Amino acid sequence: MKAAVLVFPGINRERDMARTLKLTSGHEPAMVWHTETALPPGTDVVVIPGGFSYGDYLRCGAIAARSPVMEAVRAHAGKGGLVLGVCNGFQILCEAGLLPGVLMRNTALRFICRDVCLRVEHSDSPFTRGYNAGQVIRVPVAHGEGNYIADAETIERLEKENRVLFRYTSPEGKLDEAWNVNGAINAMAGIVNERGNVLGMMPHPENHVEASIGVTDGRGLFAGLVEGLGKAA
Amino acid sequence: MSDLGALRNEPKITPELVSEHGLKPDEYKRMIELIGRTPTFTELGIFSAMWNEHCSYKSSKVHLRTLPTQGPQVIQGPGENAGVIDIGGGLACVFKMESHNHPSYIEPYQGAATGVGGILRDVFTMGARPIACLNALSFGSPNHPKTRHLVSGVVAGIGGYGNSFGVPTVGGSVRFHSRYDGNCLVNAMAVGLARKDQIFYATASGIGMPIVYLGSKTGRDGIHGASMASAEFGHDAEEKRPTVQVGDPFSEKLLLEACLEIMAKGCVIAIQDMGAAGLTCSAVEMGAKGDLGVTLDLDKVPCREQGMSAYEMMLSESQERMLMVLKPEKEKEAEAIFRKWGLDFAVVGETTPSKRFIVRHGGDVMADLPIKELGDKAPEYRRPFVTGEKPKVLDAESVKPPLGIADSLEKLIGCPDLCSRRWVWEQYDHIILGNTVQRPGGDAAVVRVEDGPRGLALATDVTPRYCEADPFEGGKQAVAECWRNLTAVGAKPLAITDNLNFGNPEKPEIMGQFVGCIRGIGEACKALEFPVVSGNVSLYNETNGRAILPTPSIGGVGLLDDFTKSASLAFRRAGEAILLVGETTGWVGQSIWLREVCRREEGAPPPVDLIEEKENGDFVRALILDDVATAVHDLSDGGLLVAVAEMAMASGIGAGLEAAPKDIPGFAHWFGEDQARYVVTVPASKADLVLNRAQAASVLVSRIGTTGGDALTIPGERPMPIKVLRERFEGWLPGYMAGELVNA
Repeated sequence: MKAAVLVFPGINRERDMARTLKLTSGHEPAMVWHTETALPPGTDVVVIPGGFSYGDYLRCGAIAARSPVMEAVRAHAGKGGLVLGVCNGFQILCEAGLLPGVLMRNTALRFICRDVCLRVEHSDSPFTRGYNAGQVIRVPVAHGEGNYIADAETIERLEKENRVLFRYTSPEGKLDEAWNVNGAINAMAGIVNERGNVLGMMPHPENHVEASIGVTDGRGLFAGLVEGLGKAA
Repeated sequence: MSDLGALRNEPKITPELVSEHGLKPDEYKRMIELIGRTPTFTELGIFSAMWNEHCSYKSSKVHLRTLPTQGPQVIQGPGENAGVIDIGGGLACVFKMESHNHPSYIEPYQGAATGVGGILRDVFTMGARPIACLNALSFGSPNHPKTRHLVSGVVAGIGGYGNSFGVPTVGGSVRFHSRYDGNCLVNAMAVGLARKDQIFYATASGIGMPIVYLGSKTGRDGIHGASMASAEFGHDAEEKRPTVQVGDPFSEKLLLEACLEIMAKGCVIAIQDMGAAGLTCSAVEMGAKGDLGVTLDLDKVPCREQGMSAYEMMLSESQERMLMVLKPEKEKEAEAIFRKWGLDFAVVGETTPSKRFIVRHGGDVMADLPIKELGDKAPEYRRPFVTGEKPKVLDAESVKPPLGIADSLEKLIGCPDLCSRRWVWEQYDHIILGNTVQRPGGDAAVVRVEDGPRGLALATDVTPRYCEADPFEGGKQAVAECWRNLTAVGAKPLAITDNLNFGNPEKPEIMGQFVGCIRGIGEACKALEFPVVSGNVSLYNETNGRAILPTPSIGGVGLLDDFTKSASLAFRRAGEAILLVGETTGWVGQSIWLREVCRREEGAPPPVDLIEEKENGDFVRALILDDVATAVHDLSDGGLLVAVAEMAMASGIGAGLEAAPKDIPGFAHWFGEDQARYVVTVPASKADLVLNRAQAASVLVSRIGTTGGDALTIPGERPMPIKVLRERFEGWLPGYMAGELVNA
C-alpha cells in the first residue's frame, strides 16, 4: 500500500499516522507538503491527519481546504482513489466539499480527550473490511469541534445510503446520548462520500494500534485497507 | 555619552520613574556607578528587566547554590534554558518546570497558555523535541467567587496551547486552598528528547557572528511582564491585564519544526528563546555567557505595529520568538527554512569583542551598557530570614473523630483535593504522539521513548500544608514523594526540576520558609541521588499582604529500561494478596483527614526518613521489575485507605482488609500520612516469598488484606461499595464546575 500523508502547517498527528501506516503496511508513507500540486505517483491512499491546521484560527480546516495540494486530492478522489481524513482531516474534507456537512463545537463546549466506543455499522467498505458489522471498537477522540451536523436531507441520504461507517455508542453497542461524546447528529463518528472512497472520522484509530501501549482496536481499519489494496493489486 | 537618547525626547529619569521600574534606590545607585552617568529611559527599562527578581534570582541565588546538581546522569544542570540528563542509548532528556502565576491570575486562559508556550520553547531551544507536558496547579478555596473562573480559564489555556502545539499533557496535580485565593499557581513542566551529542546552548561564541531574530513579530504585548511577576498584587491586579502576553500555539509549532530543522542542518552556534524580558534578556544572556558584547539594530526587528520605541521593543514579551547566533556561511540556508515555515527571519545584530550591550534605533545609540553586569553579575541579596517554631506533634489519641471510617472515606474521596481530576485532564490531549503508556490518574505518567524499549516516568509533587507547618520537612517530603511516585511505576528516579513558589522574600518569615524548603529539598536530593537540573523561582505571590502557602513544586523524571514493565495502581485480579510496605505509626498531624473531617489544620507534618524511603522504594521497584508486583500505589494524601480505594476504583475490584492494629486508633491507621509507604499486590501464592524477601532486606512489609468483591470491607465497619466511591470520586469536580453548590 502506498500512502501519502498530507502535511499542512499546524497539523500535529502526522507522525502518529505515519508510524501507524508503516507498522500496518510495512511501507513508509510519503509525507506531502501542502504546497505540492501533485501526489507521489502510484499513491493508493491519501491520509489527512489530525491537528490544528493554520491554528484553526478560522473555521477548522477552512484554510487547509484551499491549499494547492487539495486539488490533487480532489482529482485522486474523483478517480475513485481512497482518501482518509481523521479529526482535523475530517474537518478539512468537509470544508473542501469532498464530504457533506460540518463539525461544530462539542456540546460540552470543551476539548475532550478520552477513549470512546464506536459501532462499526457495516464491513463492506474498504475502510471497515477489517471489522465485523456491529462490532464495537474502542479508540480515542481528542477534539473540541467534532459535533457533526448537516441539513436534514443530507442526513437522511447518509442514513439511507449506508454512508455512516462508525457511530458513538455504549460499550454494548447501544445508541445512547450519554455515550455520544460530542453530540453529533445520530451519533455519527465517521461518514463516507457517495462513492464510498472518501472517509472522514473524528476518532483516532492510529493511536490504538500497539498492544504494548494499550488497546489495538484501531488496527483493523489499516489492516483492512492494506488487505483490500493487496487484493486489488 | 551623557546625552544618549536625548534626541528621542524620552522621559526624564526621576526617582518616581526609577521606583515605578521596581528598582530600589541602592540598585539605582549601583546602576549609576556602573555606567558613570544617568541612564537613558531605554537603559532604565533594560536594567529593570534584567535585575528584577524573576530574571535575576537576586534573593534566591545564594540559597539555590546549595542544591545538589551533579550526578553521573547529569549532562547540564541549572543555568541553561532547561536541564539535560542522560537516559542511555545516545539520548538525552531535556526538561524544566516554570511558573506563570501572576499572568494566570490576571488573565487565566492566556496566562496559562503562554506559560505552556514558554516552557516548551525552553525545551526545544536546546534541540529537543517535546514529548510530554505536565502541570502543577494551585487554586483558592472552591468557595471563593473567582476560583471557578480561574480553574476553567487555566485548564482551557493549558489545553488550548498544548493540544494545538501537539504535545501530550500526561500528568500533574491540582489543589485548592484559601491561601491561594488571591494568587493561583500555574507551574508548567515540559519534557523533550534530543540526541546526546546534539544539545544546543545559549552561550554565544565568535566575534562578528550574525544575531538572528526568528519567529513571530514583536508587538506591544507583555511589556514589563517580568517586573509585574516580581511584585505583590494589590487591589489593582485587574489593571495589569495589558502586561499579559497572548499565545499563538500555531506559530510555536512552526517555530519548533523550523528550529529543529536548522539545528539538524548545523546552522546554529547559540540559541535562546525570548521569554521573560524578551529581546533584552535573550541578547544579554547569550553575550554574557559567552563573554562577548552584543550590538542590536532595532530598525531590523520585525514589528507588528508601527512606531514602536526602543524601550517597547526591548521590553516586549511577545511570544513565539527566538534569538540565534548563526554560522555566517549557513545564513542563507537557515533563512530558506524559516521562510518555508512562514516565519520571520532577520539579522538584527552581531557579536562584538567589547563586552558592551549596545542598542541602536533610528541611527541613535539608545543603550550602551556593560553586558556582564547586566547578565550574570546582577545584584544578589542575603535577605534576613527567621525560622518559625516547629509545631508540636499531634497525638492521635487526643483526637475525637467526628465520623466513622466508612463515612470518612466517602467524604475524603469526594473532597476537592482528593477527587478525580478527570474533568481537567480530559481537556488535555494526553495521547498524541502515540507513546503514552500510562495516562493521567496514576502515580506517575509513563511515556515510551521513541520506539522503545525505554520509557520515561514523569510526576509533579509537593504538599504545601506540610511546607507551611515545617518548611524543612515539607521540602524533603516534596522530593521524597516525587521519588516515590516514579518508583511506584517501576522507574529509576533520575533528576528533578524545582519550581519554588513563595510570598514576598523581603519578609523574614517568608524568606525563612524559602530557606527551610531549599534545605529540605537539598537534603532529600542528596540522600536519594536525585539532583536538581533546572528550576524556576516565583516570589511575591502575595495579595494585600497575604502570602500563598509555600509551594516548592517538584517535577521528577525517572527511567524504565523496558516500558512494558511499568506498574499501574489498578488491582489486576481478585484473590491477590495486598501488602503494605513501610511503617505505619498513625501520623494524623497535617493530614487531609484532619483537615477535611475534623476541620483542623495543625500539628507537625509527617517526617521523612530518607534512608527508609530509599530502602522501601528500592524494594518495591525490584518487585515490579521482577514481575512479582501486580499493582503498586504510593501512599500520600489521605493515607492507606484512600490509596486502597483508588486502586479499587481504577479496576472495579474490591478488597477485604484486616482490622486496624490495636495499638493505633482506627482513623489514624487508615488515614494517617506516614511517609515512605506503598501498597503492593502480589499473587497470593507469592505473598510469603515477598514477606521473606522483605525480612531479608530489613524492609517492613505486612499483609493487610486480599483483593476481590465489589466493595472495600473492614471487620466492624460497614462495606464501602466501589460504585458509591466512584460516584463521590468522579462527581465533585464536574459538579463544581457546572456551578452546583459546593460543600467544601
